[in-house]
Amino acid sequence: MSEKLATGNLLEVRGLTKIFGTLKACDAIDLIVAKGEIHALLGENGAGKSTLVKMLFGSLEPHSGEIRWDGKPVRITSPGAAKKLGIGMVFQHFSLFEALTAAENIALSLDDGSPINQIAAKARALSYSYGLPLDPDSLVGDLSVGERQRIEIIRCLLQTPQLIILDEPTSVLTPQEADKLFETLERLRAEGKSILYISHRLEEVKRMCDRATVLRHGKVVGHCNPREETAASLARMMVGNEVKAVVRAPVEGIDKAAALLEIRNLSRKPATPFSIPLRDISLSVRAGEVIGIAGVAGNGQGEFFEAVSGEVRQDTAGAVRIRGKDAGALGITGRRLAGAAFVPEERLGHGAAPRMKLSENLLLSRHATDKKAFVGGGGMVKAGAVYSAAQRIIEVMDVRKSAPDPEAAALSGGNLQKFIVGRELDRKPSVMVVNQPTWGVDAGAAAHIRQALIELARSGSAVLVISQDLDELFEISDAIAVMHNGELSHPMPIAEATFEKIGLLMGGAESGHGGQAAEVA
Amino acid sequence: MRLELVKRPQRSALFSALSPFIAFVLTMIAGGIMFALLGINPFTAFNTYFVSPISEVWQLHELTIKAAPLILIAVGLAVCYRANIWNIGAEGQFILGGIAGSIIPVMFPTFESPIVLPLCLLLGMVGGALYAAIPALLKTRFNTNEILTSLMLVYVAQLFLDWMVRGPWRDPQGHGFPQTVLFNNSATLPELFPDSGRANWGFVFALVAAVAVWLLMSKMLKGFEVRVLGSSPRAGRFAGFSFNRMVFFAFMLSGALAGLAGISEVTGAINQLQPTISPGYGFTAIIVAFLGRLNPLGIVAAGLVLALTYLGGEAAQTALGISDKVARVFQGMLLFFVLGCDTLIHYRIRLVGLGAPKPDAVPAPKLEEAH
Repeated sequence: MSEKLATGNLLEVRGLTKIFGTLKACDAIDLIVAKGEIHALLGENGAGKSTLVKMLFGSLEPHSGEIRWDGKPVRITSPGAAKKLGIGMVFQHFSLFEALTAAENIALSLDDGSPINQIAAKARALSYSYGLPLDPDSLVGDLSVGERQRIEIIRCLLQTPQLIILDEPTSVLTPQEADKLFETLERLRAEGKSILYISHRLEEVKRMCDRATVLRHGKVVGHCNPREETAASLARMMVGNEVKAVVRAPVEGIDKAAALLEIRNLSRKPATPFSIPLRDISLSVRAGEVIGIAGVAGNGQGEFFEAVSGEVRQDTAGAVRIRGKDAGALGITGRRLAGAAFVPEERLGHGAAPRMKLSENLLLSRHATDKKAFVGGGGMVKAGAVYSAAQRIIEVMDVRKSAPDPEAAALSGGNLQKFIVGRELDRKPSVMVVNQPTWGVDAGAAAHIRQALIELARSGSAVLVISQDLDELFEISDAIAVMHNGELSHPMPIAEATFEKIGLLMGGAESGHGGQAAEVA
Repeated sequence: MRLELVKRPQRSALFSALSPFIAFVLTMIAGGIMFALLGINPFTAFNTYFVSPISEVWQLHELTIKAAPLILIAVGLAVCYRANIWNIGAEGQFILGGIAGSIIPVMFPTFESPIVLPLCLLLGMVGGALYAAIPALLKTRFNTNEILTSLMLVYVAQLFLDWMVRGPWRDPQGHGFPQTVLFNNSATLPELFPDSGRANWGFVFALVAAVAVWLLMSKMLKGFEVRVLGSSPRAGRFAGFSFNRMVFFAFMLSGALAGLAGISEVTGAINQLQPTISPGYGFTAIIVAFLGRLNPLGIVAAGLVLALTYLGGEAAQTALGISDKVARVFQGMLLFFVLGCDTLIHYRIRLVGLGAPKPDAVPAPKLEEAH
């Protein structure tokens, strides 16, 4: 393939290698991106995608290997150098100042001293011509995640790049917003620009990309045309073996089961100028079922999790009820003692203390609920019992690690997440609330976690899962509710739910808000 | 060619242990240069500073007298610093401990009983703890910066002591000198081995405190709480720990230990209150805490080292005729180098512009490879 397109190759990478300590994050990577193609870079978390892209964008220096740009060998020593060559990048995590306007944010990165209204006018024109309408004078803090991504894309396009690198761009978008983005990408391709598209969503890669390079454990395992592959065959290339499908047996007699987690008219004022208020949320989760909460990031999910977990208490004790008892006035320890368990979105620094060992991180959430087992007389920690419990969880959840009891920060995201979820499952909680259970987790680990959540529910617990990953919610939920701008829709039974319907709700289309419809203003 | 710091994937255990020693060597080198500039042979100076003050048994006694308050205070400060709370006011808590503990022997100078000394020590601890509760309250209620408040309270405490010994508590028979009455025997901290020197029970308190705090921090749930909230406050909140309660705990524990150090010094080495009861123990203990890697057992060793700089300063003043402020310079350099060397725990130094990192350029990469 490369011979045929030899003259039309924009970027050629040969034998690119990056070593961190003893780990070869990228091992002799070959990659060719032709002019005017959308090239997918596939791989699980930790496969080396980010490292590769960082070398292409100049934020990491390769140990060896060659990068050819338009046929000429180049050294990309800084992001500035990459921009000069014509490489633009849209990061997964935005780097925008919330208190500045879109135009000001763009001006900061352009760094060429042109007056702000000129930039604003250019940005506006460009955004409309690509079908990504953007008001340059709006404050970033007021914008949705999808709109923020537009700023990043426009900012990138203003520098007229030849190659645009997009890192997991649809992970923060509703299906409809994603469709819009695909249209834009196709227009860019038609103009002869190249796109390197990083994703783990196989369907969209199949739909849009001309070629794909698949990475596994830092090595290229194959180049292919994704249109000729099936999602399953792509997944197999990425993971290296078949990922076990998640099995969800239908649940019966759920109407008669007791509601273990009840949320009644929960409201919360915004804690900071940029956070979302919660508006009169009601929901109940029964024993045996998994309820999913969908929504684009930043629509109040974090605030909701804090309120349900008790990290922030409620004024009315009845706003949150656990196993039939008022829990609104209880803190997180009280709610745990009532039978609930929680897994927050952020692993490092919230769900786990990065510089502490796994056994200490087990103690983190279980020192009160398992006081008898873990804490002895005089407040002495029973280190042996904690250690063996941690080892038990590590074994059950198949946590891969380099030392018997490593620091949390030393684990990969997926393995740490398995441990954090396993830490709570090990308690067999009656109520489990999980925020983004498999965010950034590789396919094998994700399947493991999802299956474990379903099994917990089927054994008689109530499971509430907040996720941005619609595929995941459709896979595990018995009903899906949508959170938009701090409001929660009625849960839609999975049999009735479609991507289309949920996507519309995620975008804010009115429906299913039932009794609260009148309050939408 | 330039030096660049490269973040290590994880903290280096080797440099964690080695950094105090590297800092000590660097302090010696810098100190040697300083003495050479003063026109004194560095080796004579080092001998005067670090060898002659501990060449006889009675001198070792003096060493423990100086080390005891340093260790007691530093052990408490280590708890604060592990909790990411920057208590700089131990000097003030030391002084308040000294004043509060002196209430009985000053106001009831003729009251003699075996319970007097324990009461004095207890009052000293309470005084220090309550004084430390002030910055804790200000921090939790008004979100004030504890570095500023705790430091400013030191000056309040110093002036309060000065006023007390010149005013209400001045010894009426003291010929107008600003000092209280001498404490009676039952308010005097006994010496350990009176036959060979002046060392008193203060050093035993220091060792007991070090072991107790070590147990607290590494074996007990409370210590875990302090460490979690100090290193990742959000994870601590998720664990259900209260940040505000922990702030009070850390401040008051370190205040109590500083107060105990203060009253031990007053009832032991000094035996009365004077306008000045501390040669800056509360500040020097900050150095001790860091030199000891915030580990109570390391602090015992670090406390002895810093105590030596006090003795050396006194010795140099008489033998070499140089100001005892030189001891302060030593302490300052030591803290400076300790904090500097701590960089090596999290970072590797590499020379940029010469291709591959050069192992012989700096000790860091070379030693790391050995590791």
